[in-house]
Amino acid sequence: MKERLFRFVLDRPVWVILLSMLFVFGAAYGAKNLVFKSDYRVFFSEENPQLTAFESMQKIYSKSDNIAFIISPNDGEVFTPKTLKAIQELTTESWQVPFSTRVDSITNFQHTWSEEDDMFVEDLVLDAETVTNADMPRLKEIAVNEPLLLHKLISPEAHVTVVNVTVQLPGINPVEEVPQVVTKVREMKAQFIEQNPDITVHLSGMVMMNNSFAESSLSDNATLVPIMFGVVLLGMIFLLRTFSGTFATVIIIIFTIVSTMGLAGHTGFFLTGPSSTTPIMVLTLAVADCIHILTTMFYEMRQGVEKKKAIQDSLRINFQPIFLTSVTTAIGFLSLNFSDSPPFRDLGNMVAAGVMLAFIFSITLFPAMLSLLPLRVKQIQEGKNDFMHKLADFVVHNRKVLLPSMSAIMIAIIVFMPQNELNDDFVKYFDQTVPFRQATDYMQDNLSGMSTMEISIETGEASGINDPKYLHAIGNLTEWLRAQPETDHVNSLSDIIKRLNKNMHGDDPSYYKLPSDRELSAQYLLLYEMSLPYGLDLNNQLNVDKSSTRVIATFRNLTSTEQIEIEERIYAWFAENASSYDVEIASPSLMFAHIGQRNIVSMLLGTTIALVLISLILGFALKSVKFGFISLIPNIAPAAMGFGIWYLIDGQVGLALSVVAGMTLGIIVDDTVHFLSKYLHARRDRNKDPKAAVGYAFASVGRALWVTTIVLVAGFMVLAQSSFKLNADMGLLTAITIFVALVVDFLFLPALLMKLDKDKQPESTTQTPTNTNSPANTTEGDDNDSVKQIA
Amino acid sequence: MTLLNKSLKTLLITSLIAAPAIASAETAEEKGMRIAVEAKESDNGWQDMQANMNMILRNKLGQESIREIRMKSLEVNGDGDKSLSVFDKPRDVKGTAFLSFSHSIGADDQWLYLPKLKRVKRIASRNKSGPFMGSEFSYEDLSSFEVEKYTYKFIKEEACEGGTCNVVEQYPVDKNSGYTRRVVWLDQAEHRPWKIDFYDRKNSPLKTLTYHSYQEYKEKHWRADMMKMVNHQTGKSTDLTYGSYTFQTGLSDSDFNKNTLKRAR
Repeated sequence: MKERLFRFVLDRPVWVILLSMLFVFGAAYGAKNLVFKSDYRVFFSEENPQLTAFESMQKIYSKSDNIAFIISPNDGEVFTPKTLKAIQELTTESWQVPFSTRVDSITNFQHTWSEEDDMFVEDLVLDAETVTNADMPRLKEIAVNEPLLLHKLISPEAHVTVVNVTVQLPGINPVEEVPQVVTKVREMKAQFIEQNPDITVHLSGMVMMNNSFAESSLSDNATLVPIMFGVVLLGMIFLLRTFSGTFATVIIIIFTIVSTMGLAGHTGFFLTGPSSTTPIMVLTLAVADCIHILTTMFYEMRQGVEKKKAIQDSLRINFQPIFLTSVTTAIGFLSLNFSDSPPFRDLGNMVAAGVMLAFIFSITLFPAMLSLLPLRVKQIQEGKNDFMHKLADFVVHNRKVLLPSMSAIMIAIIVFMPQNELNDDFVKYFDQTVPFRQATDYMQDNLSGMSTMEISIETGEASGINDPKYLHAIGNLTEWLRAQPETDHVNSLSDIIKRLNKNMHGDDPSYYKLPSDRELSAQYLLLYEMSLPYGLDLNNQLNVDKSSTRVIATFRNLTSTEQIEIEERIYAWFAENASSYDVEIASPSLMFAHIGQRNIVSMLLGTTIALVLISLILGFALKSVKFGFISLIPNIAPAAMGFGIWYLIDGQVGLALSVVAGMTLGIIVDDTVHFLSKYLHARRDRNKDPKAAVGYAFASVGRALWVTTIVLVAGFMVLAQSSFKLNADMGLLTAITIFVALVVDFLFLPALLMKLDKDKQPESTTQTPTNTNSPANTTEGDDNDSVKQIA
Repeated sequence: MTLLNKSLKTLLITSLIAAPAIASAETAEEKGMRIAVEAKESDNGWQDMQANMNMILRNKLGQESIREIRMKSLEVNGDGDKSLSVFDKPRDVKGTAFLSFSHSIGADDQWLYLPKLKRVKRIASRNKSGPFMGSEFSYEDLSSFEVEKYTYKFIKEEACEGGTCNVVEQYPVDKNSGYTRRVVWLDQAEHRPWKIDFYDRKNSPLKTLTYHSYQEYKEKHWRADMMKMVNHQTGKSTDLTYGSYTFQTGLSDSDFNKNTLKRAR
């Protein structure tokens, strides 16, 4: 069957090429369905409890997706007639933003005051055309003393202000809605700057963040994929010194990527930040198959074998290991299905499919192309081979030292693993080159952070919010929240009621307190609500029967751990001070704060299952339970060490890194498979002792492992350059893990094998020296002597 | 004589030919305006009216809340009507009374009596576009229809629940309005509104109001027993039902002032 396939491929290469092209074009047709979903909600599965809580809160009150225009006049003063006029115009224009339902600014803030029995409810700046310099101190005084505005819409020094646009995305066409909004606000920004050249404008808010997910990832693919192609081209030409082979490999890569993405489009996948890295990952992984086939083929040709026969031999020798490594890699990526975050499941499935497609192309299209392309064999690069032999010598010589010292180093690195801190700060998902990050950092420095918590407090009784006991609880909560060191701003009903109470008593400041009568506050609110304009009502903080209110706290940008800690602190406050109310805390920041933890727990299971499956496959493939178990160490240790090293580099792990262990498992296993199978081949079929077998393994696959590792590390290092930190971190840690795996396989695994495997097969008397490992043979002899001496 | 005859004849023929031409020369704007004037005139002369109003507010999750209001209105010729509403539910605003003199142009005069404070407060605000008692109706939607509040454009005729409807676009004159336009379906027979689509400031569909179970009072004045308002952007809705309509009960100006507001229970 296998042989028939190989013969068909080599006898009818043109057919194979045409069939492949037909398949790829058919698949590519599906790529048109592949769209980018720019919504942070895609990171959460439907059953995610924090998402469910947040969604239901949004249904009770109103959605809080927003765009913030951060306005900073270059003269450092917001309160000038000119700037206020600009802000008022921007406020009016903001109603034109698609899906906008609310616009808040210092100019349209509903200022209330009273004169005798007249109650005024008006825009703070009613008509910017008529305000003069003389009005400025009064307006500034009102704004910076208003708890609803201070730190949210106006900085204490009144040098930066925000026009906040709330949008209600219908979610019918999530692919187009966000870009539609962003296009409009960018136009507005450009127009604003043109008309007000002495004012700087930044754009932040959840909508801008959503948009950055798409833009960041897409621009990544536009720059990183070509770079990666360049790295592969150069790497292969330098390391393997073949143009034809490189050309054929590039074709395989392109066909694999195109068909993977096309099939994903056919089957209804959509792109997200993480899953958009599929092309780079597939690219990186597909190279390995080709390298293995090429190295064996060249080896055979150097031995004087004719090209077609060499290709056939290479296929025969590599079919099983390539198939095995493809399957294990696919299993590793499929373990991402255990992730709590759907984009990573998609990434896993897409890459797993890509890896299998790469395998199919590598054993069909690749040899078909090679058989048609001109291939010249160059003289063997002795220097390179020498290096592997030297390495083998070194390992065999120093095995007694290597085993304990490597063990010590590995353990020393692994102990740092638990030191990593959990953190998913979605602002920091983007590096400082991304405008959203710059804007948000700027906002954090001058006004407030992006970490919010929405606290819904339910009384269980219609109109219950007017109960003085309840209002006092809300008032105390608000004060307590403001006293927390992390707090930037609190938006609370209690502030409004206090202000109304003051207004109702002729603006007497001594009445700036909560009324002690239920009907009084109900009637104030009624009055106030009757006077509010379109879009500035209280429906965003009161539910329909006024049985609950939503307090929104904004904090400086916090780590996940800090956020979860504050969340617990708030619940504790309620338990102690207002235990009779139902409290729910939700927000996008909290969703991200919990996802890392949730994902780590779910990925732990996924990784374990993948490990068991892969070990079983290895056990079968190596036909040995013992070696199946031995392989566990070099398979598990690298990921653990990778996280240990990560602590020294960054120290913060989150959503993206929680999938790395499962993902890399399938890749690093390949090294072990290749090394162990060659070792066992030497032991069983060539009757070599462990030391000679180690030498044989180094000589036959050392170079291929070295080259594939370089390509893989280079590939993931390219990914590490992403401006989207989620992907960059994932790339960097994967690169580290893969490199560590090679070190473990070269320095630790052989020493371990020589230690554990030495008794079983005594010194073979019938040494059959072969031309491939003669240097190993000589060292072997020396070594035996030293062993005897020590013994 | 013959000359005169001839010119008379010419005039007659010309006018006969021209008459339909003049009629069709009415622009869509003029026709829209004419329909509005006809609708307003057909309801003229109701003098005064009392009714009970009941609102059911619903959010996206289906949670409900009820408002109950008694209201009295007085027809004012040449300007907006006067109205006095007393809130019965929710319980904690019971007895709160609201007096408004609506005006065709400019801000309305509004007073609110707060029983707990025992004070009448004048609300000085240009805002009419916010939600009325947290419902999907704004004050703007509930105040009396005056021709001067809008400019018009006739769109088309269309079959509707009330027979054949004129579909007219209305553009609010007040710049504080929450809408760019309203599209109104008015039946041709009785000038009753059957449906209104509201478009927000960026001209996106915002709300739809539908009228249900019309009743005729005093053989002339049609009032719907129920009005349903649905907000397309938030998924919230409000059902407004009227009951115990009575007309011409003899109310006068003296029933609509700050003093009667205090006494209204």
